[in-house]
Amino acid sequence: MKEIVIQTEKLSKIFGDFHAVDGISFEVYKGEIFGFLGANGAGKTTAMRMLCGLSHPTSGKAMVAGFDVFKQTEKIKKNIGYMSQKFSLYDDLTILENLELFGGIYGMSRKEIREKSQSLIEKLGLENESKKLVGSLPLGWKQKLAFSVSIFHEPKIVFLDEPTGGVDPVTRRQFWDLIYDAAHRGITVFVTTHYMDEAEYCNRISMMVDGRIEALGSPSELKAQFHTDNMDEVFYQLARAAKRSDS
Amino acid sequence: MKTILFLIQKEFRQIFRDKAILVITFVVPTIQFLLLPFAANYEVKNVNLSVVDHDRSDMSQELISKVTGSGYFKLVSYDESYDQAYKNIESDASDVVLEIPKGFEKNLIKEDHEELFVAVNAINGSKAGLGSSYLLQIISNYNNDIRVETGSSSGNVAPQIDVASSNWFNIHMNYKLYFVPGILALLVTLVGGFQTALNIVKEKEIGTIEQINVTPIKKHHFIIAKLLPFWVLANVVFTVGLFLAWLVYGITSEGNVFVMYTFIALYLFVALGFGLLVSTFCETQQQAMLIMFFFMLIFILLGGLFTPIDSMPAWAKTVSRFNPMRYLVEVMRMVMLKGSSLHNILPHFAIVLGLGIFLNGWAVLNYRKTN
Ligand SMILES: Nc1ncnc2c1ncn2[C@@H]1O[C@H](COP(=O)(O)OP(=O)(O)OP(=O)(O)O)[C@@H](O)[C@H]1O
Ligand SMILES: [Mg+2]
Repeated sequence: MKEIVIQTEKLSKIFGDFHAVDGISFEVYKGEIFGFLGANGAGKTTAMRMLCGLSHPTSGKAMVAGFDVFKQTEKIKKNIGYMSQKFSLYDDLTILENLELFGGIYGMSRKEIREKSQSLIEKLGLENESKKLVGSLPLGWKQKLAFSVSIFHEPKIVFLDEPTGGVDPVTRRQFWDLIYDAAHRGITVFVTTHYMDEAEYCNRISMMVDGRIEALGSPSELKAQFHTDNMDEVFYQLARAAKRSDS
Repeated sequence: MKTILFLIQKEFRQIFRDKAILVITFVVPTIQFLLLPFAANYEVKNVNLSVVDHDRSDMSQELISKVTGSGYFKLVSYDESYDQAYKNIESDASDVVLEIPKGFEKNLIKEDHEELFVAVNAINGSKAGLGSSYLLQIISNYNNDIRVETGSSSGNVAPQIDVASSNWFNIHMNYKLYFVPGILALLVTLVGGFQTALNIVKEKEIGTIEQINVTPIKKHHFIIAKLLPFWVLANVVFTVGLFLAWLVYGITSEGNVFVMYTFIALYLFVALGFGLLVSTFCETQQQAMLIMFFFMLIFILLGGLFTPIDSMPAWAKTVSRFNPMRYLVEVMRMVMLKGSSLHNILPHFAIVLGLGIFLNGWAVLNYRKTN
């Protein structure tokens, strides 16, 4: 029996009379890479923010890492990592200082932070940059760093909101190596993306259209369901029906 | 507890890296401090004076001629009653009314004690305010004259004239002395309140606050770490200001500087709390800036900085009771000019403490990690 780490039931978020997220129900299992796909404005970020305890749901139910998103947001926060769509490390702090800050916030000791930072910086090959301000780094490095910060405290689940937006293909590959690495260590990965090649890397994906989940399954299941051999086509068939559009 | 140390470290690092903050914190106040007292040159001549002399004695006549002979005043009317004199104020014909009570001479000689009444025109508040402080200066000089005369003839304690008005403490008739403590108060408020609000809203604007809110951080830890650096900075600015006051204007405090620091420590709790509160309502630095400007203007105008509170209309007086800056301006003047002690400013402490608890309580409630 697979262990469930995220479970939602008819989870909704309504702004005024606008149903940004419209009754979504799904489950995510421990250690899997769960892709969250959908056109611009489909409601991915809104849904993710509710699961992270950043936004109060309007209705429905959801449990994350065993805690209720309505009542136990602070407990959820202890068990998750989050990388927002907007880059949000401190540009005016160095790599080491950012790691120190977030490590400290999650209660790691200075010694623990120092050791872990050291090995992380070696792994990322940032030895020469570790004392540079984060703002001066190229975007690809920033994104890899932001991901590393979000799992620095070894959370149970990490939420990644378009982590590879605007990043070159080589760096994207490296980024996904990091994601796989985290998944192997048992961290559940919940990730949104607009790249269909990345969707193929996920164990399972959900397709969101106008605030609702219209399809859910492994990439091969979805391709079979929509009678095609590529994810682009699956996405196109679903998104074409969307009424909501940001563009 | 450890978490908060990491946060405080972060805030200080960022502040010391931000050139703009350092400029706003040190250069701007210095320039303001040097320019404002000059710009606010309020040495006025021809203050229009109405006199109501109920006593009509030698002494009252002598006092009036001293006042009119000072060169600062123009006697515009010599009225029968206060009501009549007040009409002159209402029609803006006079700026200051001096009322000498019946029995002035008798009481001063017999009981060594007398009260005068001075009313000022609130419309041209600054002129009237300075006029009244000149007037009080002259009265106090006159009082000293009597001290010499009577003191030698009777051997009694020198008689005193009490004036039922404020500002008597700026006896050197030096408008800079009057403004410098006020400007110090203004600077401390600017650095404390403004910067706090902008700093927090900047994190909202950039999006880093999201990364903070998604952690299990305790909100009071985050808030304390945000406020503490500005608390320190404001104290530094105040110290720089005190130093400049001495260096540039030759002004030193009559009272214990420690008393001022103690009061400012508490006052900053209010100013920072206010900045925090504003930040919880704003999404952009521009919004925060506009709101802070709006309130700063009210704080300044109704804080007794330029216009004495005594000469304000009743509604403005009521509003000024809730103006924390008013209390700081008052305390600064009391301590710097009058040499008041901690004991004298206890009421101010109590009020400012109350305001601080209210503003900070509201701000903490309104600060939300989950929206
Ligand atoms: N605070 C808010 N108030 C009102 N409407 C909002 C708010 N936040 C989001 N929305 C709306 O909800 C809808 C879903 O937004 P959301 O950001 O979740 O989409 P998304 O799937 O993440 O899109 P993208 O791929 O562009 O990131 C959008 O139409 C957006 O305008
Ligand atoms: Mg989004």
